Amino acid sequence: MTSPPELHVGIDLVQVERVSESVALHGERFLRRIFTNDEVAYAMSSPPQTLHRLAARFAAKEAVRKLLQVDEHGVGWRDVEVRRLPSGACEVVLHGHAAILARARLLGRMALSMSHDGDYATAVVVTWSGTEEMHG
Amino acid sequence: MGENQGAQLAQTIRQLLAEHGRLTRDPITLPAEADLYHLGLTSHASVNVMLALEGAFDIEFPDYMLTRGMFASIDALGSAVGTLLAG
Repeated sequence: MTSPPELHVGIDLVQVERVSESVALHGERFLRRIFTNDEVAYAMSSPPQTLHRLAARFAAKEAVRKLLQVDEHGVGWRDVEVRRLPSGACEVVLHGHAAILARARLLGRMALSMSHDGDYATAVVVTWSGTEEMHG
Repeated sequence: MGENQGAQLAQTIRQLLAEHGRLTRDPITLPAEADLYHLGLTSHASVNVMLALEGAFDIEFPDYMLTRGMFASIDALGSAVGTLLAG
């Protein structure tokens, strides 16, 4: 017997200034632990928007971590990647244990929406369980 | 880990929480089992705490340890750091 599809959602809000402080305080170590090389490269490709892009991606990673409910087995931030498509839309790509968790919970492809304005960046991720094969 | 080492570890964690945790109460006088999320620890502040702990103790938390529970209290953080120091 299969379980009925269930909706899952994760959200996070980040103050851009906090990301700025982390970069100033921890520098390369912060970037290397949290973001993939492609995420950093994209954020840095437009210096005026670098911190907002990093903050939005951090919010997306936290939104996915909340959705995955990483209570028992941890998930690294780099295992949740925000990939920008040629269309300009962004998608979530899971690696490592994040992908394993998503498959085990029969989570479908995740829909991601990010936004930033002034001091804040936010992200929301939504998916169904038990409806389609998970990516990763 | 000896009693003295454990106390020193907890003291360092309290100090780093004071610097990076942005809690609503002073971590120096906080009960070791107090729920840090209830005291305002955000996901982003927990990253700063993690990186500060890694720098202070010359350790790196593996991904599998990065659960919500690891950051839940001074006791939990002490246990995680102690595990890595013993390893």
